[in-house]
Amino acid sequence: MERVPILKIGGVLLVSIQIDLQDQSVLALQEDLAEKISSTGAHGVVIDISAVEIVDSFIGRMFATIASISRLFDADTVVVGMRPAVAITLVELGLTLGGVRTALDLERGMKILGQLGRGRDA
Amino acid sequence: MPPRSDGPEQIPIDADDDVVRVRQLVRTYAQQTKLSLVDQTKLVTAASELARNTLIYGGGGFARVEEVSDGRRAGVRASFHDEGPGIPDLTLALADGWSSGSGLGLGLSGARRLVDQFDLDTEVGRGTVVTVTKWKR
Ligand SMILES: Nc1ncnc2c1ncn2[C@@H]1O[C@H](COP(=O)(O)OP(=O)(O)OP(=O)(O)O)[C@@H](O)[C@H]1O
Ligand SMILES: [Mg+2]
Repeated sequence: MERVPILKIGGVLLVSIQIDLQDQSVLALQEDLAEKISSTGAHGVVIDISAVEIVDSFIGRMFATIASISRLFDADTVVVGMRPAVAITLVELGLTLGGVRTALDLERGMKILGQLGRGRDA
Repeated sequence: MPPRSDGPEQIPIDADDDVVRVRQLVRTYAQQTKLSLVDQTKLVTAASELARNTLIYGGGGFARVEEVSDGRRAGVRASFHDEGPGIPDLTLALADGWSSGSGLGLGLSGARRLVDQFDLDTEVGRGTVVTVTKWKR
């Protein structure tokens, strides 16, 4: 099974998904991230899916799960870079990703996390 | 309809990473048939849902993928076969949000929305075959 690497950039964990995710990799990523957020005290998680060609219900649910886990550690999650074809498909599949924050690209995602982080310290 | 020279392809669904292989195979056919990028994505996503169901509920099986034609247009057909327990209540299984397990219950109903043709053949105690087709526009 391939594992998705997690990078730490300042107080943010960056997860850039570059592989075709099998379900075990999805579960491993959720566990690795929980571990990493708690050990680093990161205040934000960015999941970059610009290289991801399909998001099915299992992968979509991972975004919601990661967002919930990070909230327990007082961190925010932003999913960035969703491809248009993936977005259209997700809507038709019926997955709304209600509680998941999204941004167009990595830069905007980082900006959102910066703003949320400042709000937290104030 | 005469079979194409490159014909149908069949691959097993016995483990997690087979689901990834099914996705890749379906994408290859969808690209070869020149479905639009959105239609490719829809078909591959539907295939991913159905292959996972074959694995989890059907106890494994196989997928079959082929290029088809109705005389006017080309398309891609994928079917998912298992000899598992079958689906006792189809209305329930096809309803949005119903899962016998811990799923979201979007796999079958969502896959149905994502394709042009959806056929479900199931018999309790015998198994399930789900066949989906996406036509080129
Ligand atoms: N191949 C199959 N064999 C037996 N039962 C099946 C099969 N496929 C689906 N089912 C039944 O139909 C139900 C609905 O399937 P569906 O894919 O829509 O939802 P799910 O798999 O439970 O959740 P999700 O796909 O959203 O994670 C399943 O919970 C299962 O009981
Ligand atoms: Mg399912």
